[in-house]
Amino acid sequence: MIIEIHSLIETQKFAQKMASLVQGKQIVITLDGDLGAGKTTWTQAFGKALGVKSVINSPTFTILKSYKQADGNPLHHIDAYRLEGITQDLGFEDCFDEGICVVEWSQYIADQLPEDRLCISIEEGIDEERKIELGYTGNLSKEIVEAYHD
Amino acid sequence: MIILGIESSCDETAVAIVKDKKEILGSVVASQIDVHKEFGGVIPEVASRIHVENISYCIEEALNQANMRMEDIDAVAVTQGPGLVGCLHVGVQAAKTLAFAYHKPLVPVHHLAGHIYANELVVDLEFPVLALVVSGGNSELVYMKDETSFEILGQTQDDAIGEAYDKVARVLDLGYPGGPKIDKLAREGKPVYQLAKPKTQGKYDFSFSGLKSSVLQFIKRMERLNQTYEKADLAASFQEAALGEIFDRVKAVLDDYPDVKHFVVGGGVSANSRLREKIAELNKLYPHVTFTVPPMSCCTDNANMIAVAGEIAYLSGRRADDSLTANAGLEIM
Repeated sequence: MIIEIHSLIETQKFAQKMASLVQGKQIVITLDGDLGAGKTTWTQAFGKALGVKSVINSPTFTILKSYKQADGNPLHHIDAYRLEGITQDLGFEDCFDEGICVVEWSQYIADQLPEDRLCISIEEGIDEERKIELGYTGNLSKEIVEAYHD
Repeated sequence: MIILGIESSCDETAVAIVKDKKEILGSVVASQIDVHKEFGGVIPEVASRIHVENISYCIEEALNQANMRMEDIDAVAVTQGPGLVGCLHVGVQAAKTLAFAYHKPLVPVHHLAGHIYANELVVDLEFPVLALVVSGGNSELVYMKDETSFEILGQTQDDAIGEAYDKVARVLDLGYPGGPKIDKLAREGKPVYQLAKPKTQGKYDFSFSGLKSSVLQFIKRMERLNQTYEKADLAASFQEAALGEIFDRVKAVLDDYPDVKHFVVGGGVSANSRLREKIAELNKLYPHVTFTVPPMSCCTDNANMIAVAGEIAYLSGRRADDSLTANAGLEIM
């Protein structure tokens, strides 16, 4: 599914809509897009909509940051940017097994990801224009994508 | 007091032995920046397995350097958080084992507090202190009324400043480490390009992600329009904007908190030559405040700062027992 976005506010609204669709579920979301595409903006709006109170900032340095959603379940935020080209077992399975997990630069830990994933890909256009591709790889993620309406 | 400090919160496995907060008797860091990767980054030593392999060697080597045995140590300090939990566990486990086996007090400390207390290696802190911590993983402004109280006045809402430097350097094809490369190139250029001014929520908060994106968009726009640009000027424009972001906030705090007696800096980005210049300029505007920018050996991730923080925490009465566990999201203490 392709979603056209024309402003920062629409990116945030899209994140909020996704949050309402995955709330209470256990799912891994891969979030792709170049540097500057808006992954941080998206994750911040997504986390806020899930009731995360603390500041969601970049996990690039520590690879993983974990937060608490309003319902008590965790929101894990993984950034595999620094793991390009190296294979390390960092025990991410524990994160994938609970709550919601957003993974940036997921291609660098492709072999560790669970089978059923929601895939969001942000393609940057001029200024605040974005094209978002929403995909799925399993039953639960399919259900979530099919429940999405503009 | 002689404190053995252990740090394993992210990339580095480090052990140090420090006497009376001032004298480094032994200091070992297992992963150094000389390990590069083609794409422009350090190979992160984030796997617990690597920390496990390094930790015993680091402890032994630090003791060797100090020409000491565990019996000579007064207390064991360790980074409890924040960081990557698997890595933190290795340090915490090692510290617990040493403390238990040699009947030494065990003192948990906070990584960010360590960066601030590292200044004690070269100067006695005068409170209230305003601390700026800028590194690959941190961008924070912390107010300390006294030695053991911390108030985070501002923090980055997205990327840490060092991370923004690295990512911009990658886009400009400057290689790694990005900070020094941009710093050097910026000296040859002028800040002539307009980049997006960061927007933040809190008065003292930082934001660097928008600025990073602004550099990317600038390059794309130039390519689209088939125009050329000076890399050095772009580096200078980025550097001025990023440091301007920092110094606007520091200045705002110094104006709003006239009781601050001492301004200190910590974290790897404090190596930046322009940042040091700007600090010297700022000092002229606030002559009644003591300004300290410690040498680089005090700024980067190492265990010296953990040992110093450990002594301060020990003297304030903080102790942990064998129930101590790593805490990835630890609040500053």
